[in-house]
Formats: sequence, C-alpha cells, structure tokens
Amino acid sequence: MGAETAVARPPTARKSDAIVTKERRTDIATRAEREKARRIREANQAYGRGKQINTKQIKDKKLRRNLKELENKYQNAALKAKDAEILLENESGFLEAEGELERTYKVRQDEIVANVAVETAKKRFELNLDQLGPYLCDYSRNGRELLLGGRKGHVATMDWREGKLGCEIQLGETIRDVKWLHNNQFFAVAQKKYVYIYDRNGVELHCLRKHSEVTHMEFLPYHFLLATMNTGGVLKYQDTSTGQVVAEIPSRLGPPCSLTHNPYNAIIHAGHQNGTVTLWSPNSAEPVVKLLAHRGPVRSIAVDREGRYMVSAGQDAKMAVWDIRMFKEVNTYSTYTPASSVAISDTGLTAVGWGTSTTIWKGLFNKNAATQERVTHPYMKWGREGKTVERVRWCPYEDVLGISHDKGFSSIIIPGAGEANFDAFEANPFETNKQRQETEVRGLLNKLSPEMIALDPNFIGNIDLRSDAQRKAEKDLDAKPTDIAEEIRNRARGKNGALKKYLRKQRKRNIIDEKRMRVDELWKEQQKKNDKKRQEVEEDLGPALSRFAKKE
Amino acid sequence: MKIKAISRSVSAQQPPGTDTVKQPRNLDSAIHPFERAREYKRALNAVKLERMHAAPFVGQLGRGHVDGVYSIAKDPNSLERFSSGSGDGVVKVWDLATREEIWHATAHENIVKGLEWTRDQKLLTCAADRSIKLFDPYNLPSESAPISSWLGAGAFTSLSHHRSRNAFAAASSVISIYDLERHTAAPEVLHWPTSTDIITNVAFNYVETSVLASCSNDRSIVIYDLRTSTPVTKSVLTFACNRIAWSPMEAFNFAAASEDHNVYLFDMRKIDRARNVLKGHVAAVMDVEFSPTGEELVTASWDRTVRLWERDRGHSRDVYHTKRMQRVMSAKWTPDAKYVLSGSDDGNVRIWRANASQRQGIKSARHRQALEYNDALIKRFGHMPEINRIKRHRHLPKVIKKAGEIKNEELKSIKRREENERKHSSKQFQARKSEREKMVLAREK
Repeated sequence: MGAETAVARPPTARKSDAIVTKERRTDIATRAEREKARRIREANQAYGRGKQINTKQIKDKKLRRNLKELENKYQNAALKAKDAEILLENESGFLEAEGELERTYKVRQDEIVANVAVETAKKRFELNLDQLGPYLCDYSRNGRELLLGGRKGHVATMDWREGKLGCEIQLGETIRDVKWLHNNQFFAVAQKKYVYIYDRNGVELHCLRKHSEVTHMEFLPYHFLLATMNTGGVLKYQDTSTGQVVAEIPSRLGPPCSLTHNPYNAIIHAGHQNGTVTLWSPNSAEPVVKLLAHRGPVRSIAVDREGRYMVSAGQDAKMAVWDIRMFKEVNTYSTYTPASSVAISDTGLTAVGWGTSTTIWKGLFNKNAATQERVTHPYMKWGREGKTVERVRWCPYEDVLGISHDKGFSSIIIPGAGEANFDAFEANPFETNKQRQETEVRGLLNKLSPEMIALDPNFIGNIDLRSDAQRKAEKDLDAKPTDIAEEIRNRARGKNGALKKYLRKQRKRNIIDEKRMRVDELWKEQQKKNDKKRQEVEEDLGPALSRFAKKE
Repeated sequence: MKIKAISRSVSAQQPPGTDTVKQPRNLDSAIHPFERAREYKRALNAVKLERMHAAPFVGQLGRGHVDGVYSIAKDPNSLERFSSGSGDGVVKVWDLATREEIWHATAHENIVKGLEWTRDQKLLTCAADRSIKLFDPYNLPSESAPISSWLGAGAFTSLSHHRSRNAFAAASSVISIYDLERHTAAPEVLHWPTSTDIITNVAFNYVETSVLASCSNDRSIVIYDLRTSTPVTKSVLTFACNRIAWSPMEAFNFAAASEDHNVYLFDMRKIDRARNVLKGHVAAVMDVEFSPTGEELVTASWDRTVRLWERDRGHSRDVYHTKRMQRVMSAKWTPDAKYVLSGSDDGNVRIWRANASQRQGIKSARHRQALEYNDALIKRFGHMPEINRIKRHRHLPKVIKKAGEIKNEELKSIKRREENERKHSSKQFQARKSEREKMVLAREK
C-alpha cells in the first residue's frame, strides 16, 4: 500500500540553477480577490466586532435580510476604520538593539536623553523631595497633569510638560493615596481619617466622612465613581457627580494590599493579605471572582487596557501574568525582592518597581498570539540609586514612566510605551479650556450607571435567552429550594452510563457543598457495587481465569 | 541602538494664525471602552430629548369660527390655501403662512357638510338645504354671492372632486355626478340598487380616477365605477362608517373611519377583510386622511383627540389633545406632510406638527447630523424596555385614559364571555374569526 502511493506520486521538480522555474499558482482566486480577502481579514483583526452571524441558516426572510444588512454595516465600518488609519499622525516609539552584543536593558537614561529629540528629552526630569516622602503619584486622564502626594502630608499638582506648579498644599497629616478625578480640576486625597476632594487650586471642596481610614482609591471615569477601600476592608463606591454612596461592600478579607480597576469593564481588582485577588462590581455583595494569585500578600496589581491580562506582584517575590478572560495563569516571573508597584502601559509594557529599581518588561502578553511566550530579558531597567520605589505609573499618550520614591519623583523616558495616536473625543493631551468643559458636560450626559458594571461590559442590549418560565422562577424569591436528592435522581436518570457521567462531572467541581457530598456518597456506593459484582465474577471464573474478568 | 520616542509639538495641534484646534481621531476600540453601554446611554438621552422637545401644537388659524368646524378642504393647487366650513353655514378660506382668514361667506343656513376645491381654484360647498354652491374666493370679495349653484333632490352630505376631470360627486341618498363644464345638464346618478339610506360620505380614488367609494347610514361601504356607471361591490360592516379616505399612492387601498372607534384599512379588491385595524380611539372616529406619502394617517375623533398612525402599525404613533379642543370633526394633512389641521366643535381650526419633536427651518449640518444620529440610536436600542417606555409614553387627559381603561375592561369581558360560550357549545368546532374580519357582516356583488 505504502509502495503504491509512493509510485503514484508525481516526480517532484528538482531545483537547479540552470533552469528558471516559475512557481505555479495553485489557488483559484485572482490576485484582486486575494487582495480583497486580505484587506477584510486585516480590518476584522484590528477593528472587527467578533464572529459574524451565519445568515444563510436563517429561514425567516425578513430577519435574514435585516441581519445581512447589519453584518454588511459592521464590515463596512471595520474596513473604513482600517482605511482611516492613514490619517493617524504619529507612530509609536521604539528602542532596538543593533548588533549582537547590544542589549536594550543596558541602555541608560542619559544615553536616551542624548539621542532623542530635544522636546522629548525634556520629559526626563527628577524632583528631589526628600523631606516628606515616600511619594505617591498619579497622572490625569490625558496625561497632562501630575499629582504627587507625600506620606507626611505634602500634596502638589503640576503641569509636568511645562514644569508649571499647579498647587501645593501641606496637609500635616498622613496621606495614604492620591487620585485625579475625571479631569485636571479635581483630585481626591485619602488622608489619615477621611477622604478629601480638592480643586486644582488646592481648595478643599468636600470631606467624605463616609470614607474613613481609606488606604486605596480608584476612579472609574466613565461611571464617575470613586472606589475606595479602607483598613477594615470595606469597598465603597461614591458617585462624584451626585455625591451619593452607590455601594458599600465589606470584603471580609481584612485590610487590602492593593487595588486597581480594569479599564475595560470597570471591575475593581483588590489584592489581599492571604494572596487572593478579588474582583468586585457595585452590584454584588460577594466578589464576582476570587482567585488565588500568590503565596503571601498581593502587593500590587495592574490590568491592561483591553481587559485581557492582569499582572500581579506578591510578597512571595513573584510576578504573575494572568489571563483574566479565563482566569488562568499565563506565566510567573521572579522579582528579586517583593515588588512594590506594577503598572501596564497602553502598548502593553509592564513596569515593575521593586526595592530601589524598576524593570520594564515587553511582551509579557500578546493579544494576537495563541500561546504566550516566556520573556527572558527585561526591556529596560532603571534605578540602583538608593531611591526606594513607592509607585510606578505610566503617563498616558507619552513615552514616559513616572516613578515616585522616598526621595521624590523621577520621570524617565521609555520609548514605545505610550499610545501614539490619541482620540480627541476621549482624552486629549492638548485640550483647551473650552474643550475640557465640553468634554466634562458630554461625559456627565453619557455617564454610565453603576448597574452597568459587569464582567462583560457589552451585556446591555443582548437578548435574554432564558425562557419565560425560567425567568419567572428566578425572580420568585418565595420559591422552595430545589431538593438536591430529587435533582440528582432526575439528572442521573436512565442507564448506568448517564449516572456515571453526571457523577463524574459533579465530582470535577471544586466546591464542597451538600450536593457534592451526596454525589460522593452515590459515587462510593456505585464503586462498591461494581467491586462486589466483579468479585462475584472472579469467583465464578476461578483463580486461574479471574484475571480475565471484565474490568469496569 | 535605534531609538525613537513620541514627540508631538503643541504648535502642530493648533497651527499658528488659526482658531481651529485639531481633533484627531483614533478608531481603535481599545481606547473607546464601554462602547455599547455608552451608546445605550446616548440612546436613552436621545429619546428623552425627543420627548422633551415634543410640542405638537403650533397655533390656530385666525380667530376660528363661531360654530363648530365640520369640514376642512385643501386647495390641491396651493400649499397654503385651506377652507373650512362651520355649523352655522359660514365658509372661510385661510392662508396657512400668515394663519389669517382671507375670505369668508355665509354659504348655507346650517352645517356645511361638504367642502371641496375645484381644479380651477373655486370652492364648492354643500349642505342639508339641498343646494350645492360654487364660490370664487380668489377673485371675489368676502360675502359675495356664489357664482353658480345646483339644487338637488335631497339633503347633501358630502362632496368629492374628480382628480382630473372637471366633475364632482355629491352624496345624498344617491350619488350624483355633476359636470362642471355643463352646468345645466342633469347629474349622472349612481346608487346601490337596494339601498335607500343616506350616504354619509363619498370619495374619488386619486389614482384610479373613475373609481369612487361611499359609506352610508345602513353600515355599508360601496364601491362604484364611473366607466360602467354601476356600483361594483358592497360590504356591510357591524357599525356605520363616518369617512372614507383613499390612499394617494396605492390605488386600491382606502381607510374607513368607523363609529366603533376603529379605523379599517381595506383593499378595494377584497373588502371582506381589512388589511389593518387601527385601534386606539375611545369614541367614534369622525375623519381620517392619508398623508401625501400614503405612509401615515391622521384621524379626528369624537373623544376630543387627534391621532397619527403609521399605515402598517396597529397603534397610534402620537395623540394630540388640548384642554380646549372639543369633539374633533375633521383633520387634514397639509400638502407638504409637515403639519396637520384639525377642526373641532369649539370652532377653532388648529395647526399641529406632524412630528411633534421636529422643528422646521434651516439647520446647520452638525445639527442635522446629530438629529440623524439620535434617530439611528433610538432605532437601534428601541427594543430596550426603558427606551421603549419613554418613546411610547403620551400623557392623556384623565377622562380619555379612564374611558380607555373601561373600554378595555368591557372588551375583555366580552371576550371572556365568548370564550366561555365556546367552551360549552357547538361553537367550539368553529374557527375563531380574526380581528380583521370580525366587523364585516356581509359582502354583496
């Protein structure tokens, strides 16, 4: 058989230099068609909205036509968005090694400053504030303004590009966190007892007495929600546009170690002392997801802007990359000392501040790759100057990393970190006062309600596929709880195989509850029955033949 | 080492010497999070804005009539000339642009039942005093005598002018077709052989110009053909109809405003079944008219409201009412389909916007774009309960709301009784009649 196929195979053309061979085209599509297909594929990869609906299977003519029209509209939108790429003005930066011996992580800041444009070189600066540190930092949403807060009560804002000081206040009490609100007009400071809101001139506007002893703050710009977590581990959401406390959720996990939000779906990620990371939405009293990330307190968390990957750093001197669509660990890396702060830039660079130095990693995750590779070398490094890093933050839309430490603040240039092309209708680094005001009004008009926060941010407008009876049953709070024994009996009805399959499936669940206990009992019973049966058969067959008894 | 870092200059954002600031876009979905949630929110805002700007009432024409307005007619050759006839026999001609009266005459001694413009812009009126009169409001002064008049055998109830010929139909107990070119000639008479009752309304088809339909007090709708001078078909409904209106676009479709609170859309080829039933009024429908595009309808009702309908929807698109508007006897679209006129028992002729939240006048491109975007958003998220609720909500006077509730209750109880009867009698073996066939009692050919 093998020999026959070998004979039937046509003789392969041998390559020789003497004869010019032209590769034959084997596919039927013309060049134009292939070009078109490629264009559509590329557009869908960059701007598509997921899988298309197969309209050919739909029987209802009207529905089919409507859906076809809709699909065409989506396709056209993707193609037009792809075509509009030629209007993008800027290209993102990069740092590449030339030659085999050069390494990008060996490039020092002074070399970079010497080699980039003068305007860009100005973005590298140091602020020596060694009296009231360690400092915390935060960039405003468009990356224009910087907010610094010293542990011992020093708060300052500045337009860092122009080096202009906005306001500077001396609060005289412990500062635990600082946060810009929706624009550069307001910022929140978590002080010793309460959270205070100041305006850009440093005038105290509000004292949020409901937020006491807050250690971590996050701001959700599209919902206008300030989320805080205090030493008691209570997560509070306050609407900064109306002043209402939207939700107050006790985490029951003690004081948090870290807090961040997922910019994709506005879920709050909190890291705890016991190594878990919990995901919260204001709509549930329980965490939406709880995952064990580290053996030891989770010191810092960061989520990439598309909400696909999370990087967490723990006291166990490990940095873990998580796929938060599946809640699976992608890779772990070790940090020499426990990292104090992690941040992910718009282009996916990850900055990790540990001890007195900061490491920048490139390609820890890649959304277009099927499997994530383990990175061996960092992209860049900074530090070893005796400044203990407190917090690292990427400046939006710039190739700049802000590092606040116990001696002040350092702004360093990391080529390739920022999103090169901003969208003026989202966040505009060059906005005028008028534009800022308009953006604020528009933002308030389009403020999303806290009920819309869920793991899938696009759930709204989807069709509820549950049946009417099911929906009613779920609404009915007075309904009797389902009898577990009854349920198992019903589900495992049928032949022996069905029961087995059901039990096997149930046993895979990693939650021990009443149902699971019952299932285990049943399983054991069945095993016993099987064993007994087998023994009988073996006895029948006798000692010599018993080994041929059928195994279940 | 190859190196490049982002470097944007401030001056590039606003080139020197200009006021315009660049607003670059980046369509990458990563920097536009919550796409659908934000769109939904915008749709919600849009639908709220639309309801906020809904101000259907524009104003009234002049100082109205002394008595109730029973008929309105529009001049087919003009966008702005309207005439209205009232209960005391006075006919007035209005200019829509200035909303002022430009001509008036006392045409009859009692209710002006029918009013129609001829193709040469003269005004025909008829009343129960057995006379039809022809006025010339464009050329003669107010209160001038009619140019000519006809005396019929019975009281006239309605007029309808032929689309192209210089002839008109007048309804009494028969339909008489008068030829305007031959004043003295006896009219051509059409009637259903067995019918003797008063014909309440007659209407010429706009497309198939020699077809006309009538409705009469014996609850029948009859269709005639002028070419053979015979009635063609007749359908008897459970209730009498008040008005018949042909679709200006589809030759065979017409609407009948019924006493049973509903409007029925019929296909004249098959009048034993309605094409659609428009439900919503809580009293008899007095007048109905298709919009010039044939897509929408306006109805006037005894329940003091004017309703606007989409042709292929069962419920009204909008309800118009004011505190002072009494029983509405007539409603007409303006020829540009942007406004609706209504004449009511209180003697006023009111102008309403056909689209309550739309404003006329020149709009900037940005404004127009924003409105279009909002419309698209509302359409896209129209199925969401919150948006649908806001979109559909109309405030109704308490009386009408209550009447609607009572009517609903009554209909339900009738239905319940019928169903109970079905359960325990031989009726259960009969097929249920569809809502579109229920009102047809019989059809004759």
